[in-house]
Amino acid sequence: MVEPESTGDAMIPKTRIFLIGVATLFLVVFIFMPLVCVFSSAFQKGIAYYGRALWEPHARAAIHLTLLTTLLVVPLNLVFGLAASWAIAKFEFKGKNFLTTLIDLPFSVSPVISGMVFVLLFGAQGFFGPFLMERGIKIIFAFPGIVLATIFVTFPLIARELIPLMQSQGKEEEEAALTLGANGFLTFLRITLPNIRWGLLYGVILCSARSMGEFGAVSVVSGHIRGVTNTIPLHVEILYNEYNLTAAFAVASLLVLVALLTLLVKSVMEMKTSREIHENPLLKEGGP
Amino acid sequence: MLKERSIIPGFGLTLGYTLLYLSLIVLIPLSTLFIKSATLGFKDFWTVISAPRVVSAYKLSFGASFFAASINVIFGFIVAWVLVRYQFPFKKLMDAFVDIPFALPTAVAGISLTAIYSPSGWIGKYLNFIGIKSAYSPLGIVIALTFISLPFVVRTLQPVIQELDKEMEEAAASLGASRWQIFIRVLFPVCIPATLTGFILSFARALGEYGSIVFISGNMPFKTEIVPLLIVTKLEQYDYAGATAVAAVMLLVSFCLLFTTNCLQWWSRKVQGMR
Repeated sequence: MVEPESTGDAMIPKTRIFLIGVATLFLVVFIFMPLVCVFSSAFQKGIAYYGRALWEPHARAAIHLTLLTTLLVVPLNLVFGLAASWAIAKFEFKGKNFLTTLIDLPFSVSPVISGMVFVLLFGAQGFFGPFLMERGIKIIFAFPGIVLATIFVTFPLIARELIPLMQSQGKEEEEAALTLGANGFLTFLRITLPNIRWGLLYGVILCSARSMGEFGAVSVVSGHIRGVTNTIPLHVEILYNEYNLTAAFAVASLLVLVALLTLLVKSVMEMKTSREIHENPLLKEGGP
Repeated sequence: MLKERSIIPGFGLTLGYTLLYLSLIVLIPLSTLFIKSATLGFKDFWTVISAPRVVSAYKLSFGASFFAASINVIFGFIVAWVLVRYQFPFKKLMDAFVDIPFALPTAVAGISLTAIYSPSGWIGKYLNFIGIKSAYSPLGIVIALTFISLPFVVRTLQPVIQELDKEMEEAAASLGASRWQIFIRVLFPVCIPATLTGFILSFARALGEYGSIVFISGNMPFKTEIVPLLIVTKLEQYDYAGATAVAAVMLLVSFCLLFTTNCLQWWSRKVQGMR
């Protein structure tokens, strides 16, 4: 029998401790251990070696290319994310659910296929291949291909953060501002943007992290030209295949730091939004 | 197209831009894959996808993804349950770290897991000692796929477990149900749709994975060659027709899985609403 004060929450301590133990062990083995392994392998030959691995010209070229790609990809997907979430959250129209599903589509496509479709379009044997060749424009095995593949892979990230957030906030505040005479742009800037700022920041950071780390799609379109079309993850692969493990892990540790940063921003965002919902009774009622 | 008039401006502009960008980046590129495979003709298409090497890659990909998703259902359920229901030290940290596989590049996960499970690695040496080969074998593939698809079950179940009805539990308890009976008869049925959704999301994600597998699998044809890897191999040999046929099958499967998850989510809302 169950004591009157206990609900499902107060399981017998033994079961509870067992379940917590299993969950912890699972996460330690599958999540913590790989992270620890990256850093312990990266610093295996000391800090000086770590620094040299990051400062070596090919590594610097990879970092440079990756940052440049991210700088192009994130603003493009940000504009799209804002447009899509505005249209979907503030208006009722036919086919809305279908549109949301289409936006999620790149998530269900294998990264390899994501890269491959651009090879089929712009590669030497592709649809636009001969046309581009005549004009001497190189997209596949060059920078534009890397950017396209990365845009495809990270396409839904920002929109997906913003759509549910904007939907949960409704449109009353915007309508009030517009009724009081503000124009559309000002309303967006003063009302919508502050309301979604944390979700927006997280979306941007997540999109940046994924852009920097994309491997499969970029690997198909890049051509692996060292120092020219090698992004950070591709550089890691080359170092690894050359049995230069310490350097591979050193470069990889940069990407781990970016991943940890996204988790930090997410935690801060969740704290802030739960506090805002707590303080704002209007949001509490309509909130998620 | 608009169902009701609204004083909020920008509908035409934002929806138009959304559709344009979506078509240019996603829809048109994806449709080239189907157009290209349509030019193959059914006979050639079938010859490619029924080749023994391709069939064995399909079997491995589906099998390993199924195992990985199953592991994630069992442990993901426990993790989600523990994170929602219990208080314990480092809980917040654990919750945050569930997202690591979303944020960590797959190549990094790949080299790190390979280092851990290689015969001289932290875990690999013990497995090796008892005669189990983990890295460079199908087991290694399952391990990597479990890692990359780990968050899906946890994150789809967490909100559902959070919403479980306390009153129903209390009613069941006051009617004399044991804790195990309460779980099986009252709580678990509500979680079934979300668990299935999590399973399919994990499975779909695992099916397409490439980055971590190239490192840990050893990439031996007929033994540890998964479908995405086979596609890349065909592309590298400029066998675009072959790569397209193999990829088209994968893409169709992905779309079916996407459709299933959409149906499941609808069911999930219904089951939760029924309470």
